[in-house]
Amino acid sequence: MLRLPRFIRRDRASTRMAVLAPLVAVAAAVAVNLILYLVMGKSPAAVFHAMLLEPFLSWASFSEVLLKTGPLLLIAEGLAIGFRAKVFNIGAEGQFILGAIFASAIPVWFPQATGGWIWPAMLILGAIGGALWAAIPAFWRVRLNANEILVTLMMSLIAAQVLNYLLLGPWKDPKGFNFPQSVMFQYDAMVPILIPGTRVNVSLLLALLSAILAWAFMQKSFRGYQFLVGGLAPRAAAYAGFSEARAIWLSLLIGGFAAGLAGAAEVAGPIGQLQRSISTGYGYAAIIVAYLGGLHPIGIVASSLLMALLYIGGDNAMVSADLPIAAVRVFQGSLLVFYLAATTFVRYRLDWGHGTKGAAR
Amino acid sequence: MTKSYGQVRANRAIDLDVAPNSIHAILGENGAGKSTLMKLIYGVEEPDEGQVLWQGQPVRLTSPAEARRHGIGMVFQHFSLFETLTVVENISLIVPGAKAELARRIRALGQDFGLEVDPLAHVYALSVGERQRVEIIRCLMTEPKLLILDEPTSVLPPQSVGLLFDTLRRLRDTGVSILFISHKLDEIQSICDRATVLRAGQVTGNVDPREHDAHELARMMIGRDMPPPLHAEARPVGEKRLELAGLDHVEDDPFAVSLQGVSLTVHSGEILGIAGISGNGQAELARLISGETRLSDGERDEVRMMEQGVAHLGPAERRALGFAFVPEDRLGRGAVPEMSLADNSLLTAHPLGLLRHGFIDRAKEAAFTAACIKDFDVRTPGPEAEAGALSGGNLQKFIVGREILLKPKLLFVAQPTWGVDIGAATAIRQRLIAMRNDGVAVLVISEELEELFEICDRIQVLHKGRLSPSLDPATTRPEEIGRYMIGAETRPSEVA
Amino acid sequence: MNGIEFILANMLAAATPFLLAALGELVVERSGVLNLGLEGIMALGAVIAFIIVYHGGGHLAAFVGAGVAGAALSLLFGILALGFRANQVAIGLAIGILGQGLSALIGNSYEALTVTGLAKIPLPGLSSLSVLGGLFTQDIVVWLSLSATLAIWAMFRFSRLGLVIRAVGENPKAAHAIGYPVIALRHGAILFGGAMAGLAGAYAATVYTPLWADGMIAGRGWIALALVVFGTWMTGRVLFGALLFGAVSLGGLAAQAQGVPVNSQLLSSLPYIVTIVVLGIISSNRRLLKINGVASLGEPYER
Repeated sequence: MLRLPRFIRRDRASTRMAVLAPLVAVAAAVAVNLILYLVMGKSPAAVFHAMLLEPFLSWASFSEVLLKTGPLLLIAEGLAIGFRAKVFNIGAEGQFILGAIFASAIPVWFPQATGGWIWPAMLILGAIGGALWAAIPAFWRVRLNANEILVTLMMSLIAAQVLNYLLLGPWKDPKGFNFPQSVMFQYDAMVPILIPGTRVNVSLLLALLSAILAWAFMQKSFRGYQFLVGGLAPRAAAYAGFSEARAIWLSLLIGGFAAGLAGAAEVAGPIGQLQRSISTGYGYAAIIVAYLGGLHPIGIVASSLLMALLYIGGDNAMVSADLPIAAVRVFQGSLLVFYLAATTFVRYRLDWGHGTKGAAR
Repeated sequence: MTKSYGQVRANRAIDLDVAPNSIHAILGENGAGKSTLMKLIYGVEEPDEGQVLWQGQPVRLTSPAEARRHGIGMVFQHFSLFETLTVVENISLIVPGAKAELARRIRALGQDFGLEVDPLAHVYALSVGERQRVEIIRCLMTEPKLLILDEPTSVLPPQSVGLLFDTLRRLRDTGVSILFISHKLDEIQSICDRATVLRAGQVTGNVDPREHDAHELARMMIGRDMPPPLHAEARPVGEKRLELAGLDHVEDDPFAVSLQGVSLTVHSGEILGIAGISGNGQAELARLISGETRLSDGERDEVRMMEQGVAHLGPAERRALGFAFVPEDRLGRGAVPEMSLADNSLLTAHPLGLLRHGFIDRAKEAAFTAACIKDFDVRTPGPEAEAGALSGGNLQKFIVGREILLKPKLLFVAQPTWGVDIGAATAIRQRLIAMRNDGVAVLVISEELEELFEICDRIQVLHKGRLSPSLDPATTRPEEIGRYMIGAETRPSEVA
Repeated sequence: MNGIEFILANMLAAATPFLLAALGELVVERSGVLNLGLEGIMALGAVIAFIIVYHGGGHLAAFVGAGVAGAALSLLFGILALGFRANQVAIGLAIGILGQGLSALIGNSYEALTVTGLAKIPLPGLSSLSVLGGLFTQDIVVWLSLSATLAIWAMFRFSRLGLVIRAVGENPKAAHAIGYPVIALRHGAILFGGAMAGLAGAYAATVYTPLWADGMIAGRGWIALALVVFGTWMTGRVLFGALLFGAVSLGGLAAQAQGVPVNSQLLSSLPYIVTIVVLGIISSNRRLLKINGVASLGEPYER
């Protein structure tokens, strides 16, 4: 008689599977999505080439991948710290937007200002803005016991409206033909370019620095250990006297800080002004990046590169293989689904059973 | 019957024969495989090998519903009742029929067998004894021919044990056979006519318990003689290490028990035991003492440790004053199951030089853990083993060891040997006495009265959130403690 | 028509997407499972229903298709959450992202197209009342949704199935020990919840605002999740919450009808702000949550 396999818990987590899981997930996602493209009438070979190979074929293309990696890496490092403590910040998109808004305040209010202090001030202001936007859900959770998943999400939706308001109202560029955008920022309000000839700027260094700091914090520090215990066994954290309130505040503030910083770097970087299109879903993509990296600071470096590759590859595929840009979102979502399925095998193994046993003979 | 879970061979080639009109015991210590065998008989699990013959015919019990259809009923040790539902609703989950009719039958059965309970009450409002009655009535309403009872007396005061046994005899006389699972030799000898003894998953004896003495049964059960009861010689006591004076605490949680007028004192060099049936405020009292429940700054003197008001402090600050705590839940509270033993040491032992400038010193962490494992005889591959992979007894030894290595002045242990095999249980009790002899103040909460009698200098009883006055185990009989347990005696604890 | 009449006439329709999705999630959460993918499942239901109506399939086929699509996506969620024991929060988010991506992909060539909605059915006598008349003139789906609310309330109150679901949600180990198939029941609840979310999306895209656009669900799936918390997992309260949000979401249009000049972005934010405020009020009452809450919600079930 055919029996469905069951999952049996392992005695000890399998490190082999922990390494294999992301690779298997990527392979499975690639396979399933290529089949999808075939069904849609697009050439899988052309899409594969455009998405996963083209970005490496020219320096200009690859530098765009690096450019996109920066914000994804930065936000994901911040979010992962909270996810390990089971504090679910889903509102990074909104914190990103507020970071962009706070940073834009300087060039919008002082368009004639010059000096080397401007872009660092914008970055710091943006980080603070993101952190403030995350402080509200933190307060709501700690003092009012409200689920932070819903509150951070709602704050994101509100943030989009705040951005709309500013761009259609007080911050609209009077010489902008009535488009919802701010003035173009002055030269000093732009983060210096890191790699000449590309758009990659110093914020990439900040992102890499955040990975190192996150690694030291999560893997080595006692505070990081406390967060991990809070996520794995909240009653044990209470028993040990680890403050849940502090973990929630820190997790959300760090996530908001990182997202706000990324948002500031975006407007003080490649875009150079405040527009509606700054919100391209980095905040949500970063959630996938965080999980795909196994919530590990170094893994996240790899997964942010992969996600950036998908973004640029998706743009390429839109042009050369006529693939709608929404296909990238499907790819991203399916990646996370496959990854979560694959990581089951770290803690569990499949038991196929031996058919019927027992008395009915 | 044979059943394995992964690497663990829980039941190995077990043969069992239950006669009609019999009260048959399954005797074995914690971890011997009794629960697994019962799950196989009640259809919760299926065996890997072996056969079940019911009234001469082979059957396959694929589910509890199937087992009930054949006439097998089970009363669980940790009740399978739903707190937010009423008694009638709980019963209607198993027994078909209109609620009004069921309520009538509940009352009738209650009267017939001495198991009175209000059908319309919500389960969360019932005492543990009443919940057990609901479990038994629920079984009886399916008209079983075989009734399985899993450690039924662990939740009863001494007086009620006799009542339960009367009920069981009445049931046997009406034709119901009873399978009685226990590790208490004297109870089995008083009520059972047959006993199957399990040890490490195998049958080591199939006897009439009334024809054997305790030594022989013990040897079948644990392979050697029962360890001799421990002696704690009387000692002079020192200064107060823990003091609660008339503590009142109303809980937010509607399912929790509020404490009233609780007074206790523990001095250096003595062991104070808190007895009581589970569900009378033990968990709430433990949280107030450990610091998991914190009071406001103005109420700081409600709990005093080492002569200081600490009720406003959290667990880490209390440990800094010399307090250590072994909680009743090992997994998920005393230790994190997915983490290694080394990382679990950090939970409370981090002040012992395991950190450097806020960063974890892995070498010191490993050294501490290895020392704990060696000193407390924890059977495990090493400090990197996951806590969740250890057996109950070994994990308990590790946690007790970790707390003792904090060199506390005040040690608080809740349910020290619950679910622990006899070897580990004896070792733990010996350690507690050794601590006491070294001048440590020890507080123990336990549901095993014999354990408290063995190691405590004084005993107080917790009932419905109220604490009895201090009783001397040398001169007090278990029956008197039992009266406090059910609230028959109501002298309140005194403020020292 | 003035502002009050406008709200009364339209709030039931505005509430219906919230109501259908929240009712489905209510059953799912009562069984102990948290499905955060509602927004994505609603989006998928919306696009499938829209396409069917656009190509002449009619509204009935559209709703059926949306229900099936919603159930299918939530089946994937169920397999991963219950079978693969994935963390329910993470997998719910993943399914939501996947659902939104799929809906954008499938609906790519239908962006900003419109179809005709459903006619409203006037009730004799009641519909001609002044002020309140609009309240009684609704399309068939509104009345069906209200009936569904009643049916679910009755199920939990009177039927054995309702009792079993509550038992499974409170203590799955005990439910298993007395012989109930916990996993199968939870899968059933998840399928039901997914179908309902699909229907909610279908209503949003083919009746309430009969057009398709990427992102048109606009957070209503998330608000439906919040509604289950507001309603402390009780059907009547969830209905009340849905009506409240229906009314609030009409705020902008009602203000225009009344001639009140209010900032349009503030009005758009109103449902989200109200959600945050009410969540704060309800959640801070820990006693209420403990008594009415679902004890095993979101926790992985190990046998």
